[in-house]
Amino acid sequence: MQELLQYIANGLMVGGIYALIALGIVLVYKSTSIFNFIIGQMMMFGAFFFWMFAQQFNWPIWLSLLAALAASAGVGLLVERLTLRPLIGQPLLSSVLVTLAMAYLLNGIAMGIWGAYQQRLPDFLPGARVVVGGIVFAHDLLWSFGLAMVVFVLLLLFYQRTRAGLAMRATADSHQIAQARGIDVRRIFALSWALCGVIAGIGGMLLAYRLGVSQFLSLVGLKAFPAVLFGGLDSVLGALVGGLTVGILENLAGGLIDPWMSEITPYIILLLVLIIKPDGLFGVKRIERI
Amino acid sequence: MALRPCGTYDQSYAQDMAILRTRLQWILLIVGLVILFTAPLYLPGRWLNLMNLIGISLIAVLGLNILTGYCGQISLGQAAFMAVGAYTSGVLTAKLGWSFWAALPCAALSAGIVGVIFGLPSLRVKGFYLAMATLAAQFIIPALIAHPLEGITHGVRSLIVPVPKIGGVAFTSPAQIYCIIIPIAVLMTFFAKNIVRTGVGRAFIAIRDNELAAEVQGVNVFAYKLLAFFICSVYAGIAGSLWAHWMRALNPDHFSLIDSIWYVGMMIVGGLGSTAGAVFGVAFLRILDEATKVFVMWLSSVFIAWGAFLQAAFGPIVYGLVIVLFIIFEPRGLAHRWEIFKISYRIRPFAY
Repeated sequence: MQELLQYIANGLMVGGIYALIALGIVLVYKSTSIFNFIIGQMMMFGAFFFWMFAQQFNWPIWLSLLAALAASAGVGLLVERLTLRPLIGQPLLSSVLVTLAMAYLLNGIAMGIWGAYQQRLPDFLPGARVVVGGIVFAHDLLWSFGLAMVVFVLLLLFYQRTRAGLAMRATADSHQIAQARGIDVRRIFALSWALCGVIAGIGGMLLAYRLGVSQFLSLVGLKAFPAVLFGGLDSVLGALVGGLTVGILENLAGGLIDPWMSEITPYIILLLVLIIKPDGLFGVKRIERI
Repeated sequence: MALRPCGTYDQSYAQDMAILRTRLQWILLIVGLVILFTAPLYLPGRWLNLMNLIGISLIAVLGLNILTGYCGQISLGQAAFMAVGAYTSGVLTAKLGWSFWAALPCAALSAGIVGVIFGLPSLRVKGFYLAMATLAAQFIIPALIAHPLEGITHGVRSLIVPVPKIGGVAFTSPAQIYCIIIPIAVLMTFFAKNIVRTGVGRAFIAIRDNELAAEVQGVNVFAYKLLAFFICSVYAGIAGSLWAHWMRALNPDHFSLIDSIWYVGMMIVGGLGSTAGAVFGVAFLRILDEATKVFVMWLSSVFIAWGAFLQAAFGPIVYGLVIVLFIIFEPRGLAHRWEIFKISYRIRPFAY
């Protein structure tokens, strides 16, 4: 029983990071209809920037944090401007493949700049682990879970209360009508990618605190894809629920059945969701017209 | 193909439908095949190995091209289906002592069946969601090979595959295995070119162009989609089986997501929905890859300080950049350029 609860707690905490990454994907998908396959690489870049500013340049932690977030927002902007804007109106396969190829390209660039060795981040998260009733909560996981919740609430407020958020929701509904109403759709695209870069940067730093900074970080992004589809591609709430669910199921499968099961459980969930409920739990159903 | 060489008229339906219409085309084809089949006599082993790799990749990409280029279903799992074929063939020959020639059809069939299973979501989802379903295959299949099936596949410790034999002749060296791979690749190209000229191929194209319209016209969309997945995976299975007997050591890491992206990239660079495009794309990217390796080796011998990183970083950067540039600037691929060249050649000296 104790063990089971521990797995669930761990899953919930790790799920926080998946939810955070999933939020980034949903944010971009809602306004641009492009699935962000390179979010893993954006996370890796965020973590590497932070490591470079804090350890190599010896900047203070707060400054390196802000600079790293700004830099990963810049990566998002660059990707959007250079590769995805020329593809507006092109078939789906182009945007899928261009993001996958960019992922490969960014891996190469990161390898060229920072090398292939694993690096340690400085100790930037205060606090210690918490034990409640024999269940251990690691403090970095608590931080990531908490930050995921904060980002979730901020994102909801942003969508509900700000003009830019309203413009983004309008763009999500229809690019053409939004443009006709005087919304600069290209600016919205750029804003979405920059915000996604910031979110990915936060996720990357939190993960790197636990796993170290290396090429491996980009693989974690792949685990967020099932979470996004589970909740529905265009639902902010879905990303949160999907992330947590995938985290918990993954930990349960890995702990109770076999460690290697944790690798593929998210994808088995993905297949089942696609067959049973293709739009995800909270996704908008699209009806096809001739 | 509105433009014909000057003076070429069709006098029967057979002539109208033929792939090769003129004597020059026949001569070029025969000369090309003769050069291809006599290559082991004068090309060095390194080149032959590159040709072998091109042949195997070509088979995989041809299958993918039928699924994506003609039937319009995106697949990011071609390498995983290749793994199914490779391991079927490897286990049958290494553990049960079958001959390569019996294992090859089994590999094709097993990969085909697995492909149909992972194609099942295409009943309900399409486009991007289907890409995710095949992405799931790309993670699930190698994990299954590496862990629960470890007893028969040896997992990450590599499975050693025996050399294919006919009678007493063993196909060991690059030149010998070339004699197996290239004829099969040529045969599969011939099939791929002709499958899409039949009723089945036209049904695929109808589904690609508009699914609902195809269904209204009486095309059984689901059956044809599964058939497309089956054909695609059969091609992957054959490619995998050849890969197994060419490498002679199998590891689940040989069939990763990156390899699947390579195959889709080859298809895009060559040109979607074109058999000639598949040939161009595979040859272009494989030769580029080889050239990059040679260039990096030279570069890292000049700038020794960067050496290790350079080798690891250069390949992905070049490959990613080529794909991105092709999608942005020439989404119709090399096949389109080839068509433009052929037309301008035919109507020379006029500009239009």
